Amino acid sequence: MKSWLKVLVPVAAFVALASCGGHKGNTLPDSSSQAVEGGGSSTGVTTGQGAGGGITGSPLEQERARLLQTLVIYFDYDQAEIKPEFTAVVQAHGQQLATNASMMVRLEGHTDERGSREYNIGLGERRAQSVRRALMLAGAQPGQITTVSYGEERPAATGSDEESWRLNRRVEIVYRR
Amino acid sequence: MLGAVRSRGVSWRRGVFALLALLGVSLSGTASAQLNVLITKGIERPTPMAIVPFGWSGSGPAAYDISGVVSADLKSSGRFAPIAESDMVSRPTSPDKINFADWRLLKVDYIVIGTLTETAPDQFTTVFQLFDVLRGEQILGYRFMSGRADLRATAHRISDMIFEKLVGVPGVFSTQIAYVSEEKRADGGKRFRLIVSDADGENAHIVADSPQPLLSPSWSPDGRRLAYASFEGDQQAVYIQTLKSGTRERVSSRKGVNSSPAFSPDGRLLALTLSNEQGNLDIFTLDVATQVLRQLTTDAAIDTEASWSPDGRTLYFNSDRSGGPQIYRVGAEPGARAQRVTFEGVYNARPRVSPDGKKVAVVYGANNQYRIGVIDAASGALQILTSGRLDESPSFAPNGAQIIYATRDKDRGVLASVTTDGRIQQEIASVAGDVREPVWGPYPRP
Repeated sequence: MKSWLKVLVPVAAFVALASCGGHKGNTLPDSSSQAVEGGGSSTGVTTGQGAGGGITGSPLEQERARLLQTLVIYFDYDQAEIKPEFTAVVQAHGQQLATNASMMVRLEGHTDERGSREYNIGLGERRAQSVRRALMLAGAQPGQITTVSYGEERPAATGSDEESWRLNRRVEIVYRR
Repeated sequence: MLGAVRSRGVSWRRGVFALLALLGVSLSGTASAQLNVLITKGIERPTPMAIVPFGWSGSGPAAYDISGVVSADLKSSGRFAPIAESDMVSRPTSPDKINFADWRLLKVDYIVIGTLTETAPDQFTTVFQLFDVLRGEQILGYRFMSGRADLRATAHRISDMIFEKLVGVPGVFSTQIAYVSEEKRADGGKRFRLIVSDADGENAHIVADSPQPLLSPSWSPDGRRLAYASFEGDQQAVYIQTLKSGTRERVSSRKGVNSSPAFSPDGRLLALTLSNEQGNLDIFTLDVATQVLRQLTTDAAIDTEASWSPDGRTLYFNSDRSGGPQIYRVGAEPGARAQRVTFEGVYNARPRVSPDGKKVAVVYGANNQYRIGVIDAASGALQILTSGRLDESPSFAPNGAQIIYATRDKDRGVLASVTTDGRIQQEIASVAGDVREPVWGPYPRP
């Protein structure tokens, strides 16, 4: 994925946006990593704690590339709200779409196996639309995004346990050529 | 061989089917998946009866084991206990040869005898009689004429008649079920199939075959068509497929969700669920002939899983407008206000109205356990019928006395049925893959 190189110019604007998703308002750019705390293992971003935790840093481009590498957004049970640890990721994708008008994404909504299949089709759609709205808030245009809900029909993990369920409650961001 | 899967001889067609092939969807073929019925919970004393092997007259060996199918049908219902052939002291094929005293000693309540006769090439006459052993009287007798291909159907008709005479509700051995199977392919991908089989799981054939999910089959009231949702080209759409010809029509492929189809009792309308860009799902009716679409629900919640009352005036559906899935009902004309039906429990979904309109089968969820329940449409009172962990997709048999549903056996998806009084449960296990979303078809047309 090299497309992020094209968007170095508006990176300052992006950082301002991304940090809005963090918990402290006007801190310095590197604290935007706070926004993905908890999603750490999947994004590869390490986080620095606040007071007394020392300072860590990384180049902004690298930060952004890491955010864009995250293509799966996870949700809580029966919820479609984007969790705080994913707001920076979704904003990064929205920004990328905003600055690359020819880019297109398909948002695939999924649920865990619990509950009825058709209700889960609805819940998956609700999740996909939730990500769609967040992408548009970050500047993506409606014509760049399509959605589809697979409900519980295409699980990422096949077990019937909490961990499988967690991995299955998701929206996958699929870039289309 | 009773277990043989018969192909309808339908495979590929030209024109639109070439396109379907490109999309990876094929229609109508022979299914490898057969189902086996196992009674997991029965009544304490199923009625003992003797189903005597039918007499045969014609060239060569018997054209069909009619009595074998009748015996398997009645046994699978859980209500009857046909005695083994080896325990029979005689094998009468006409009333004058029945020694009722012998059968009383064997403690059977009823005896069934019959004959199969070849009257001309591919023309058969089947005669059966049902006797009350204690009274020594015939209580049912009938003659059927058919070709060889319909001898199995004749056997199911006999089972239906005996069942109705002795139980008081029509039998459903002649009906069909539709269900979805999922198998892993050798290349790691998946294969989803929509399958129609006889109610006993035999005679299965593939209606549609896709690498993408197929869901929510719904029978037309005449049993000739199935509506279902399919994903083709990264988009969900609802199709109506004619079973005999295999031809199908895409009736809804709007942006977003196109799912949960349900034919109205007169077959003219299709209820379905569509979505808008707020992630709001609502229930609509689509006139199948004119394509006129009308919106029935408008709430910002997920409204889905519509099921028609038998008079076609009311639709029951699932909505999470109160915070979690609950059952509501609404008039079939736009503008009607929806009424909440379920108040018991935090999770009630997938309503399916009984053939008499008095009951609604639901998926009842509590403490991470999902079971099949039946609610009284008038009072809302709930009765739980099953005890699985992830039971789903209830569907009434056309006689209203039985519900088929999907459940798990370890990690495998299997089909099961339960009588609406909860007394008899059966598991119907597929030989290969996961099976789910069973839907009971209507009575066959004469």
